[in-house]
Amino acid sequence: MSDFKKILKNNFWLENPVIVQILGICSTLAVTNNLRNTLIMTIGVTLVTALSNFTISAMRNLIPRKVRMITQVLVISFYVIMVDIVLRAYVPDVSKALGPYVGLIITNCIIMGRAEAFAQGNRPLISFWDGFTAGLGYMFVLVVVAFFRELLGFGTVLGIQVLPASFPKWTIMVMPPSAFFVLASFIWIAREMQIKKDISKTSQPSGGEKK
Amino acid sequence: MMYPNINPLVLFFASIFTSNILLTNFLGMCSFISISKDLKSSNGLGIAVTLVMTITTALNWILERYVITPMELGYLRYIIYIIVIAAVVQVLEMIIDRVSPNLYMVLGIFLPLITVNCAILGVALFMQLRNYSFIQSVLFGLGSGIGWWLAIVLLAAIRKKTENAPVPAPLKGVGITLITIGIMAMAFIGFAGMINVQ
Repeated sequence: MSDFKKILKNNFWLENPVIVQILGICSTLAVTNNLRNTLIMTIGVTLVTALSNFTISAMRNLIPRKVRMITQVLVISFYVIMVDIVLRAYVPDVSKALGPYVGLIITNCIIMGRAEAFAQGNRPLISFWDGFTAGLGYMFVLVVVAFFRELLGFGTVLGIQVLPASFPKWTIMVMPPSAFFVLASFIWIAREMQIKKDISKTSQPSGGEKK
Repeated sequence: MMYPNINPLVLFFASIFTSNILLTNFLGMCSFISISKDLKSSNGLGIAVTLVMTITTALNWILERYVITPMELGYLRYIIYIIVIAAVVQVLEMIIDRVSPNLYMVLGIFLPLITVNCAILGVALFMQLRNYSFIQSVLFGLGSGIGWWLAIVLLAAIRKKTENAPVPAPLKGVGITLITIGIMAMAFIGFAGMINVQ
């Protein structure tokens, strides 16, 4: 059981795919100007990562090494198509707003990265968990970024007006460049915290291991 | 078939500057950040991306028009596109290896990476979504490739200059790179008054 806990901690914080490994920011920075779209998109990514990790792990002994990349991509595409169809059926407006970015989950490097680094060499259930937690780590970062962008850019959260109407809207927050600035600030803060923790850990090695 | 009424040349320049695939659509970010430490590799990857993007956009347009649309295979679109991209990368790798070992040495490691470069698939999907004609699609693919190339070379040059800059430790590396990209994105959007697509 401790394995599962360790993976959760690693994927969510210590080796968060976005903050530390800088993976998968490709297609999704574009949708973070709206919290609702971001939530739906990241849920899609989490499901695809978890399920494709599970599938690839289950088939890992059957796939020849030479064609493993293309097999992985095909498995991932299969799940992405599922997500795309579900979105189109139940939330057509979000599906339209996300445009090509749903399809681009296929090339999200986190999914490929987890498949290569974990699912290829581990049993299906734990691979599922690894993919799921990596997706959660990704979701966490993007939701925070989207929250601030939507709040400052439109004065709303999930489409509900929170800031008073007199608040001057920061139009730049909903334009592309601010995605970089907000994410950079997030990484800055997160790393600051991680570095601080490292220092306190090394200075008092006896108490560092708890929790 | 109704195509949007945009001059292909306008589309070409717009996709290099104002609607740069990287800076306004955030595609191809992963390799953009990891490769741009080095000017020479950036240049190699830029050439490869431009080449693959132009070829795959053309091929995918033909498939879309003559196979996917008539046979109503829309739900297989992602798989078809990604297979075309993977195949083109593979074939290109073999051809370049044969014809120009020198170029192969430069591109070598970067070519396979391109299969999972979201910019390539992204351009194909945009092309389909916006219903471009063949000429429009090819110029859009070429322009997006050149735009990507330009952006990565520029960023590599900037990163070289700022390598030893006194940046707070937690912001070093990726953090400061993202901020640099943000400023670049603002500069590129500044061209928007000249030409605009969507």
